[in-house]
Amino acid sequence: MRTRTVELAVGAFMLIGLVAIIFLALRVSGLSMQSPDETYRVYGKFENIGGLTVRAKVTMAGVTIGRVSDIYLDKEDFVGVVEMDIYDSVSNLSTDTSAAILTAGLLGEKYIGLTQGAELDNLTDGSEIYNTQSAMVLEDLIAKFLVGQVSSDDP
Amino acid sequence: MIDRIAALGSKGLETLQALGRSGMFLFHALWALPNVRVNGPLLVRQIFSVGVLSLIIILVSGVFIGMVLALQGYNILTRYGSEQALGQMVALTLLRELGPVVTALLFAGRAGSALTAEIGLMKATEQLASMEMIGVDPLRRIISPRFWAGFYCLPTLAVIFSAVGVLGAYAVGVVWLGVDGGSFWSNMQNSVEWGEDVMNGVIKSLVFGIVVTWIAVFQGYDTVPTSEGISRATTRTVVYASLAVLGLDFILTAVMFGEL
Amino acid sequence: MASQPQSDNPVAGNDYVRITDMTFMRGERPIFKDVTIRIPRGKVTAIMGPSGTGKTTLLRLIGGQLRPDRGEILVDGHNIPRLGRQELFRVRSKMGMLFQSGALFTDLPVYENVAFPLRVHTDLPEDMIRDIVLMKLQAVGLRGASHLMPSELSGGMARRAALARAIALDPDLVMYDEPFAGQDPMSMGVVVQLIRLLNDALGHTSIVVSHDVQETASIADYIYVVSGGEVIGEGSPDEVLNSDLPRVRQFMQGLPDGPVPFHYPAPSVEQDFLGGEQS
Repeated sequence: MRTRTVELAVGAFMLIGLVAIIFLALRVSGLSMQSPDETYRVYGKFENIGGLTVRAKVTMAGVTIGRVSDIYLDKEDFVGVVEMDIYDSVSNLSTDTSAAILTAGLLGEKYIGLTQGAELDNLTDGSEIYNTQSAMVLEDLIAKFLVGQVSSDDP
Repeated sequence: MIDRIAALGSKGLETLQALGRSGMFLFHALWALPNVRVNGPLLVRQIFSVGVLSLIIILVSGVFIGMVLALQGYNILTRYGSEQALGQMVALTLLRELGPVVTALLFAGRAGSALTAEIGLMKATEQLASMEMIGVDPLRRIISPRFWAGFYCLPTLAVIFSAVGVLGAYAVGVVWLGVDGGSFWSNMQNSVEWGEDVMNGVIKSLVFGIVVTWIAVFQGYDTVPTSEGISRATTRTVVYASLAVLGLDFILTAVMFGEL
Repeated sequence: MASQPQSDNPVAGNDYVRITDMTFMRGERPIFKDVTIRIPRGKVTAIMGPSGTGKTTLLRLIGGQLRPDRGEILVDGHNIPRLGRQELFRVRSKMGMLFQSGALFTDLPVYENVAFPLRVHTDLPEDMIRDIVLMKLQAVGLRGASHLMPSELSGGMARRAALARAIALDPDLVMYDEPFAGQDPMSMGVVVQLIRLLNDALGHTSIVVSHDVQETASIADYIYVVSGGEVIGEGSPDEVLNSDLPRVRQFMQGLPDGPVPFHYPAPSVEQDFLGGEQS
């Protein structure tokens, strides 16, 4: 009888532990159990990706529509390549969609903001987004400002 | 002067000897691999007394630490207008540091001292000796299940601690202080990495589990079998285990997240 | 070390335990100096002596929990100090020991305590274990207490339960460590009787370590008196009780002063009280 209570309690304890680790996995670290076929992949090349990280948000009009899946250097053009997984439900992005690396707040998280273009054709799996805008790097801005070229050179 | 140096030397040798004894003890306890039929029920009972009985204190302190973190974090983050990073801050703090460390400290106080006192009392009342005379190795029968129970329970407790901590932070941050719930979670999910943060935290608490249980069980086994000896051993368990946890935490953090 | 050829019946025959020229040191202090003791098979042998002479240590040496610095300890032909861990545990399964405090496992009820050695050393089915346990408990008069936890037993009952556990495997040798200490006269009487009865009924060899002269003398077949690390006297209870040896006489008759002085070594009274100077 007492053994039964103990075994029940230990079982419950192990269950709580399991629930906690699943909670940490899914809810806290956002480890996704979704199968990959629910997204399609596009990529864009950026002069400078700033502090963008893998798993950062991809948004359009502030709504999250995907995640950054990979970041690497294009060894021929020396630009950063950012691969993004866009949800299948958002399948009507035009081929001239523009992508910009933005910052949430002054010092917050980097994310990618997409803006819909005018073309009638849509981006499909493996397409490239040509129209990209690099991350704003604070040091570059300050350097330019100090040299006094901010107003004359930059439009 | 010479006397003092000699005393220091003999103290050092004594410490070294105790370390060696505890190492051999650990080796024997682990080498005595549990026999499932006999030791299964023993292990369950030990998980009960080491893990289940520590659950309440872990739950309560986890919730409170999460809430406090949310309050403090909110006050600082609003100054920079980035209170949506609250989830990220709380989750990273809990998973990387507070979860494993605070759980290990609480565990040393709650379960470690109980282990030491229990084993010490068994020694003082000749239960260990009589077990040996019956022909059962107390290392296998008494020590080994307790050791494995600690090894399993501390990481589990740490994970539970972090989880309820995050929930506590959610309650304070989102429900009470009005941080946007969506950005609370999405910020957290963006910055928390499963391997880097969650798993490293679990590895930390595994190491703490080994060390704390080892110290607790060895202090009990090595105690002077009198009431004074047991009380001293219990104190030593809590002190040594806490210091070991904090010291090891620094080393592990340096290895995992630092430039080492 | 190669284990020596072992026979269950050594040539010398009748001694179950033979301790020969055994020396045991604790640190620098010798607890036993070249002690020789023979424990005859099937008899109750008592080891007596003042507190602190290492009588319990002697039992631990026989049980192999301690190793002597020199000398031989043969138990049924096995040289205990030379045995490996596994062999030692096998030999121990033929020994039962009653510890001074009883040493019942506090987390198990009485029934499980008695069943413990059976479960460890045998593969008997549960109903047979039950029968044996209840028989042993019946022998010590505690069959009705089988469901109690050790904390619910009185001191005397705990010792009897521990005795049931010690004889659970029908050992060839039962060792009693101070079985009479701290007992009220009634439960002491019970234990005295039990030791003798069990020894005669089960035919095992008993070693009783004690400093209670009357009780021990009433059940022992042979008595060794140990003091200062040596055997200072031996013989049947009558011989030892009426011994002429001054040290034996002092202990057996409880004389306050004698070869073992009443006073702890000190400077002379005159010097301490009249000399004045504290050094």
